[in-house]
Amino acid sequence: MSAADPFKELKFRDPERARALADALRRNVEAIGRPVSVMHVCGSHEQAIARFGLRAVLPDGLDLIMGPGCPVCVTDGPEVDEAVALALGGARVCTYGDMLRLPGTRLSLADAQGEGGQVDVVYSVAQAAEIAGRHPHQEVVFLASGFETTAVATAAIALTEPPRNFSILSVHKYVPAAMEVVAESPETDIEGYLAAGHAATITGWGIFEPFAARTGCPVVVAGFEPLDILAAVVKLTELMKERRPEVFNAYPRCVTKEGNLPAQKTLWKVFEQRDGVWRGIATVRGGNLDLRPEWSRLDARRRLPIDTSAVRDASAAAEAKGCICGAIMLGLATPTECSLYGKQCLPESPVGACMVSSEGTCRIWHTYGGVPDLRNVG
Amino acid sequence: MDKGGGLKIGLKHGSGGRAMRQLIEEVFLSLASPVDGIGLSALDDGAAIRVGDRWLVITTDSHVVHPIFFPGGDIGRISVSGTVNDLAMMGATEPLGLTCAVILEEGFPREALERIVASMRETAREANAPVVTGDTKVMGKGEVDGIVLNTAGVAFADRVVSDAGLAAGDVLIVTGTIGDHGMAIMARRHDLGLEGDLRSDVAPVNGLVRAALAAGGEDVVAMKDPTRGGVAGVLHEMAHKARVGIVVEERKVPVRDEVRAAAEIVGIDPLLVANEGKAVIGVRARSAEQVLAAIRAHPLGRNAAVFAHAIAERPGSVILDTGLGRRLLAEPEGELLPRIC
Amino acid sequence: MCLGVPGKVVAIDGLKATVDFFGVRKELRLDIVDEPVTVGDYVLNHVGFAIRRIPPEEVQETLALFDQILEISGAKDDLMAADVRGEIAAGKDKAS
Repeated sequence: MSAADPFKELKFRDPERARALADALRRNVEAIGRPVSVMHVCGSHEQAIARFGLRAVLPDGLDLIMGPGCPVCVTDGPEVDEAVALALGGARVCTYGDMLRLPGTRLSLADAQGEGGQVDVVYSVAQAAEIAGRHPHQEVVFLASGFETTAVATAAIALTEPPRNFSILSVHKYVPAAMEVVAESPETDIEGYLAAGHAATITGWGIFEPFAARTGCPVVVAGFEPLDILAAVVKLTELMKERRPEVFNAYPRCVTKEGNLPAQKTLWKVFEQRDGVWRGIATVRGGNLDLRPEWSRLDARRRLPIDTSAVRDASAAAEAKGCICGAIMLGLATPTECSLYGKQCLPESPVGACMVSSEGTCRIWHTYGGVPDLRNVG
Repeated sequence: MDKGGGLKIGLKHGSGGRAMRQLIEEVFLSLASPVDGIGLSALDDGAAIRVGDRWLVITTDSHVVHPIFFPGGDIGRISVSGTVNDLAMMGATEPLGLTCAVILEEGFPREALERIVASMRETAREANAPVVTGDTKVMGKGEVDGIVLNTAGVAFADRVVSDAGLAAGDVLIVTGTIGDHGMAIMARRHDLGLEGDLRSDVAPVNGLVRAALAAGGEDVVAMKDPTRGGVAGVLHEMAHKARVGIVVEERKVPVRDEVRAAAEIVGIDPLLVANEGKAVIGVRARSAEQVLAAIRAHPLGRNAAVFAHAIAERPGSVILDTGLGRRLLAEPEGELLPRIC
Repeated sequence: MCLGVPGKVVAIDGLKATVDFFGVRKELRLDIVDEPVTVGDYVLNHVGFAIRRIPPEEVQETLALFDQILEISGAKDDLMAADVRGEIAAGKDKAS
């Protein structure tokens, strides 16, 4: 591939521009004149930030908080219990790799495998449908996890008339609902939001305008290359500095105002929003995506008997009451202030989302003994 | 303590990461007893026992890779290379002999077995390592999965190179491109539908290591092959055992385009992916250039590079300098799975 | 979320496209992409589905966007200075 190939340039990682953007960020934060907090709501943004070590170049005075944007981490224990019960009950459960080791109230799908349950890791929902086609005498259940970006794929497969033995256990989540939760919290001091670029590829950026107007906080839609993220945060702090509660699209190569209309049509044909419990955050209005009633033949919950009594931990609900992930995510509390942290809540047995994610605040604290400052090392 | 797995062994205990290390420390270390040399408690690639003024290096490995035939190699080639390489990592680059014990499942095709043995023969010849004895067992259908191969190897070394010898200021060399083997296997394993030149690097590297030792002598202070757990796993062990920090310059790590692309599609870091024909070598800075030149002169070392260095701060930590920022490289945990999020 | 990787379409067969990601090829489904896709187009992959056709001119537009953001913050001139600083730093790294 030649250097002039725009394909290669789709990797926006030029360190010079990165340095310039980091300097611009510092100037904006200095101009604001006080510490500020902004939030992103996307697990992949956090992965990218962590992967490139971007927090080491953010200026003092800017807190870039990871909000409830990891759909795996916010999948609640009882939801995983349903999948575990199905696997141990003889169904063949197909799942994305991310969910395999996520504990339910007691067991994960990996544990279910260890106890004889049949669990396949798939890269695509299409694979799960193919597996159902190859094993017509088994119930094949696809654990449909992820945000709306991923739900569109599930919906597309539903529309292809998959095999009769194929069904969907939906634990899909809807990310704009998460932003509402954060914004509505009376104690929040988040002043700006980075919106998830790939979810916005589907939904469009127009949906954030009412949110920005209502909350008085600017929203910048960001991509996932390091320059995308840095540029988006620079723009966000500029809008904050000028007190402009606008929506800015910093990911125009993938996001438009209306979004991907065919994908939206597909999504809402198959799914509808429902209130749901997000791990460690309690109920999120409109936060879950469930199959519409007309798709009951494909809905594992309506088709198959799911009895979680043998797999769940009855004390889990009570324990979960002590979880303060919601406050930690908003930057209002630290892990050490949580009564469960380091005791009942550990990486191997996480109660809340902040401990599930490898980039979760509690997980990082637990692994590294706090937030490591790497700026002057080596 | 691990609550989730309970009292049963899980797959994570075999994948080379933290869980496996804990299992070994908690259960298997009880087998250790004092030896004149490097024994079980060192948890190194092999053991080294003093015999006269030399060291007898012994290692053993079991192989259960699936699929048994993959682009670039097969279970036979891995079984010979793995053992030859473990010996080489301790400084013993001239194997006296290898053993080969095989457990077959009833119904295993003879043609496949002959292919595997032919591959072992070819690899043993490359490494100049004779297979001197073995064992054969057959178990009933369903009692074992296809084939399990165990190889052990013995060799003499004049000087043992452990994996614990790093000191602040030392540099680290990787002998070639990383992630080749693991990505080739993963592409097959999960039906990812990835087409391209993804092939295992499985090969015996004792000749390469011999060249490095000849060039660097006592300035070669640590060596380890980045199999399961990848380069990240090896660096963690080296940092932990020598009580140093390690800073990795991500941009200097050699990765093939295809491997990088495949890894990105499934959300996996090549530094965590297994290699079967590479070594990570710690060298005193003053000898780094000549050791690197010696490695690069060898056909298996053309893409070798200095990619990291040891520091006094943050002992036990591995820090990644990404060129855009810095982060801590986490210890590998369990089997690598494709990610979507 | 989520993992979305760009690639180039090299072949199309109905609703399936063969996409090249730096020498590794994968088949993607075109059920939900927003515009008709032809060979040579760039698409964004998410879980085996193309979710967006990336117009080729967008790459330049994105770089222009970054520059615009830098300009507003008064940083454009600094890119030059940054280049020089970068070279000095690189020289220091080599020497140490």
